[in-house]
Order: sequence, then structure tokens, then C-alpha cells
Amino acid sequence: MNYLPAIVFAFLACVPTSAQEAKIIRLSQLQEMMAKQSDHIKVINFWATWCAPCVKEIPLFEKLNRERTDVKVTLVSLDLDLDPNPEKVYRFISRKNLQSEVVLLDEKDPNSYIDRIDKNWSGALPATLIINGRTGKRKFVEKELHDGDLEKLIAEIQ
Amino acid sequence: MMRNLFVAAACTLLLVAANPVKNGYEVGDKVADFKLKNVDGKMVSLTDYRNAKGVIVIFDCNTCPYSKAYNERIMSLNKKYAAQGFPVVAIQPNDPAISPGDSFDEMQKLAQKKGYDFPYLFDETQVVSKSFGATNTPHVFLLKKEGADFKVAYIGAIDDNAKDASAVTKRYVEDAIEALKSGNAVPTNQTKAIGCTIKWKNA
Repeated sequence: MNYLPAIVFAFLACVPTSAQEAKIIRLSQLQEMMAKQSDHIKVINFWATWCAPCVKEIPLFEKLNRERTDVKVTLVSLDLDLDPNPEKVYRFISRKNLQSEVVLLDEKDPNSYIDRIDKNWSGALPATLIINGRTGKRKFVEKELHDGDLEKLIAEIQ
Repeated sequence: MMRNLFVAAACTLLLVAANPVKNGYEVGDKVADFKLKNVDGKMVSLTDYRNAKGVIVIFDCNTCPYSKAYNERIMSLNKKYAAQGFPVVAIQPNDPAISPGDSFDEMQKLAQKKGYDFPYLFDETQVVSKSFGATNTPHVFLLKKEGADFKVAYIGAIDDNAKDASAVTKRYVEDAIEALKSGNAVPTNQTKAIGCTIKWKNA
């Protein structure tokens, strides 16, 4: 008798859900994601591992990602603007076991790209952009969010 | 008559809509005097600089990694430009209740450790930071002297590369000062950069 498939299956079942592989993207890819028609509410959070208020509010995005099937959360790390090594972000993702999609923006010359993400953004972190994928209606906030804020912002563009 | 009234009303509405509440200074605005406590315990005001050609006001703090990345560059700006009539005045806007590493005591320690040869002022009430419209650290407001007034000549980042001073291609603040010195228009008078948000007091 061949037990191998059963053993492999049992082994795989025991391996905990591994941390996601965060992609490094350019501004054009982020813009594509922002502009793409979809049935989801896109919640895009701009953060960095060094930013204390960002780290503090991440559980709110994780909760939203878990609870709302109509919402697509993307956590856009700006860590590469200050540190070319992405390892710190990878370690953070696995330590916190982040389930929301994380991407790292790799782009030079912030002065030229900040306005192309949102004209109201000064560049300070954290910042959050919410887009209705169907209508394109958007809402941008540059501050730390608290419990219930995200739900209110989403309701405003629905 | 009715038509004129209607047009006037419509224009008023348009003007109101086009002029949202201003958040701080814009390039060209006259800057009001301020007076804040320096790390040496003495008060420093903008009028103390009446004989300067301008002032490089930088909202900066101890804790922000961008402030740390730019620390040497800020000290170099003062070394280079104070003698040319454009000294640095740094202002710390963060509420120490939220960011304990930015307390007055910690500011004094940093200024001493680094040997700051420019004022490092504490905006305890955050009124000055709000009146400028500072949003992040470090955030530069380059002021130029015009008659008896100081006017905003440039708002934004020090340069275009936070992580690597040797890879900078645009020195926004230096370029602006050089333009002012030669009486030219500032080439880029407003920029944005990624940075730490100012830690405002909880309302």
C-alpha cells in the first residue's frame, strides 16, 4: 500500500498558513489598481513599519478585511522610501501574520508621485484612500483612524 | 436689477466655494511674528532676525526617522547659509504626551549631543505649527525678508532623496536660496515628501 499521499497531505495540513509574499510595485501598478473597475470598495492604506500611528491602526484594516467581503484592503508600505531593504517589512508581515494584501511601493522622487496618488495628500503617514470600485467615488484622509472610522468613510462613498 | 442681484449672488457663491478655509501659509504669504522657547531656555522670535535676508524655518523633531535621516543635512544648511544671511530656525511641533521622545528635555539632549548652532524651539501650544500649516517632519518654510516683512518663498522638502544624501538630484531648499540671493524667481516653490505626521494634541 502507498501511504505517501496521505503522509504528504497530513504534513501539509499541519503547516501553519504561511505569511504572504508582499510584492514590490511601481506607481503605475498602484495607479492601475486604483483605477480598475471592480465590485469592491477599495481601501488603500499608506503606512510604514517605522510609523507608530500606522502600526497602531493596522488591526482596524485587518478586521475590515476579515469581516467585509465587499471590501478589498491593500496596505501600501512606503518603507522603501527610507530603507532600500524590504526585509523589515517582510518580517513585520510574518510577525503580525497580516492577512490583508501588502505591497511595497518602490518609486523615486516623492514630490512627483504623491499628487498622482491624491492631490490632498501632504505625504505624511498614515494616510488612507477609499475608492468605490464601481463609481470611482473616492475619499482621502490623512490621519490615524480609530474604531468605526473606516465603516463611516466607506458609507460616505457607497 | 434683479438680474444683477442674481449675478452678484452667484458670484458670491462661487467665491465662497473657491475659497475654502486656508490651512496655513502659502507661498507669497506674509508671516506673522512668533515667539517660542529655545533649548537654551531663552525666547526666540522671528523679529530677532530683522537683519537677516531670510530664515530657513524647519518643523523638525527628535523621533521621526526622516528627521534623523535629514539631521546632518539640516546642520549643513545652517553652516552654509547662516553666514550668507539665511540661518536655520528649527521648531519642534509634536505633543510629548503622544511622542515622549520629543519632550523639551529630550530636545535639549539632542541639541547638545549634536552641537546645534541654531535654535531648536518647542511649539508647546502647537499654535505656530498650525498657523504655518506644517504637516510633517521635517517640513521646510523658507522665508525671505521683504522690507519689514517676512514672506514665504518655498514650502516643502529639503531635497528629493531622503534615504541617500549622495543620490540627491534636486536640492530644493538650496536652489531656492540661491535664486533669492541672485534676485531670481524660486524655480520650484512647493514640494511634497513622505514623512512623519505631526503628533497633534488630542482634541
